[in-house]
Amino acid sequence: MSHSVDLIDIEMIFGQVRAVEKFSASVEGGEFFSILGPSGCGKTTVLRLVAGFIQPTAGRVLIGGKDVTGSGPHQRPTSMIFQSLALFPLMPVWENIVFGLEVRGIPKAERRKRAEELLDLIALPGFGYRMIHELSGGQKQRVAIARALAVEPQVLLLDEPLSALDLKLRQHMRAELRALQKRTGVTFIYITHDQSEALAMSDRVAVMSAGKLQQIATPRELYANPATSFVARFVGETNEFPGRVRGVSDGIAAVETRHGLLKGRAGPGLRAGDQAAVYVRPEAVSLETQNDNRIEAEAERLEFEGAVAILHAKAQDGQAVLAAIAHRGLGQAPVSGGAIKLSFTPAEALVLAHG
Amino acid sequence: MASLTARFGPGLGGTILLLVGLWLIGMVLAPNLMMLDFSLRPNLMPNQIGTDADRYTLANFIALFSDSVHRAIFFKTVWASALVTLTTLVVTYPLAFWLAKIATPRGMALALVALIIPFWINEVLRTLAWYILLAFNGPLNAVLLGLGIIAEPVRWFGDFGVLAGMVYAYILFMLFPIYNSISTLETAQIEAARNLGASTVRIHRRIVIPHAKAGIATGCVFTFMLAAGSYVAPALLGSPGSRWFTEIIYNWFFEGGNWNRGAAYALVLLVLCMLVVLAALRVFRVNLADVAK
Ligand SMILES: Nc1ncnc2c1ncn2[C@@H]1O[C@H](COP(=O)(O)OP(=O)(O)OP(=O)(O)O)[C@@H](O)[C@H]1O
Ligand SMILES: [Mg+2]
Repeated sequence: MSHSVDLIDIEMIFGQVRAVEKFSASVEGGEFFSILGPSGCGKTTVLRLVAGFIQPTAGRVLIGGKDVTGSGPHQRPTSMIFQSLALFPLMPVWENIVFGLEVRGIPKAERRKRAEELLDLIALPGFGYRMIHELSGGQKQRVAIARALAVEPQVLLLDEPLSALDLKLRQHMRAELRALQKRTGVTFIYITHDQSEALAMSDRVAVMSAGKLQQIATPRELYANPATSFVARFVGETNEFPGRVRGVSDGIAAVETRHGLLKGRAGPGLRAGDQAAVYVRPEAVSLETQNDNRIEAEAERLEFEGAVAILHAKAQDGQAVLAAIAHRGLGQAPVSGGAIKLSFTPAEALVLAHG
Repeated sequence: MASLTARFGPGLGGTILLLVGLWLIGMVLAPNLMMLDFSLRPNLMPNQIGTDADRYTLANFIALFSDSVHRAIFFKTVWASALVTLTTLVVTYPLAFWLAKIATPRGMALALVALIIPFWINEVLRTLAWYILLAFNGPLNAVLLGLGIIAEPVRWFGDFGVLAGMVYAYILFMLFPIYNSISTLETAQIEAARNLGASTVRIHRRIVIPHAKAGIATGCVFTFMLAAGSYVAPALLGSPGSRWFTEIIYNWFFEGGNWNRGAAYALVLLVLCMLVVLAALRVFRVNLADVAK
């Protein structure tokens, strides 16, 4: 089993900038762990702290249970794949891949053999004598992965490695990365600002915003039960109805909104009188009228997306509402400009305090 | 050429071409051809010009290599210039790396000011400063004596003085090309190498120096040519034992009154410099276009 990584109360301050605050996370050995957040929220900083390129201003970093705070990047069993890949353009592919072995004084014949094996692993056999600029984006990607794996790291750190690729290739590489991780059993810490990527690949996801940790959960849990309003908005599409909590009972909160009283499962620590919002996923909104929560709206347009159609509607005060409607529900498809009633059950809605 | 007329129109484009052509012919080609002509003729009295004695001959070049003193000074100038180049490179490379990859903006501004301000002063005056510093009764000896590092004053003038003066005089010509090329190296490559376990020496040997090769070659070529053609530093900081080839050329022109011999010597120096440029390009495996960048 590969090493675990524990971050304990990490804080990183660059001059005036608090890049990371009070960050704690435990990544299990062999886990595919993603860190998700918008640009500039401190994801790269967390990764560089784990790699040892920078040292935290407070807190500790444990790898495999051993405190490595203060030790440099070459003293840790981690290997990083950079946002820019940082391949060495003046070396052929095979030298790139086994650079870490060259450093360790492994003889050339053995390095060549190892390079062959790794090229097979990344499905680029025979590419050893190409130069880096003779590779496509996806091939460079794979060479970077092979180079990082060559030193047999316990933990692989990946900084948005797919962001430079086009959509098709990105989806293909997602699957490849995931398969590679399963095959090698190496602990992956994967950074991305693309929520669908994080949800698709990870065992668990940590969501960050402005240097702070918002939630750590499995993709399903994250989608179904976001812990904060930030997570609810950032992960997946959602409808948001702000208002004031009138009361909480049996885990159901009632919120006074501009669209009337709406009910949903109460989020953590919610109390009467709080400013809060009701969050409901588009696929939980239906055109049926027997549900508890009902909203009057005006249909704007319908977008077919194959299995489902997305209904864009406008409720009172111009609030946009999205509803994803399955094919079989489309018999009663509304016409543009027509008045409609949208509804959802309290069980499928979540009430979270304003964060 | 077509792109020039396309960009500026036939009128302006043609004028630019004409000016460049005139400049090349008038300022580069003509003087060098005249030098060549001079160097191939014997040094004659005015009344002998145009007579049978006024014939092309290699005598001036043969004279250089058959005069053992001049020959020795020529070769000494070659290897001493190489030594100046190497020393400047060794001093400058860490500085260039620091400026390009490590310095904070503040540190960099300070260092650049400290490096550049002395260059606002004329080269002769800058060399005079070294003349004062290195004098037998000068401050350097005084400090070393005071610290007890040396027992009696050292004569710095000579090979050491010339080396120090030249390294100082040409440091910027080495620094900027190397700094430029290192600063285009992606920092993540250095980090990646370190992350893979590479030592500082290996990072420089495998990543930074190969990347900065064109800059290093450019800096070395500049420095070598400036050193080989230098006159002030050897004249002020040298001693009779550290005479420079340029001093001999100067003497032929202005003291010996033998311009023909002087022209031949100067041409030999010019050819040497061109050979060094070509050799450096070969050694560093860069082409002229890279250097021009
Ligand atoms: N060396 C540094 N000095 C000063 N500030 C820094 C430094 N590195 C990062 N920061 C700041 O810390 C914050 C977080 O940066 P970080 O690079 O971790 O963001 P990120 O989440 O990786 O963003 P992106 O998705 O755009 O890569 C930013 O505000 C950034 O400006
Ligand atoms: Mg980043």
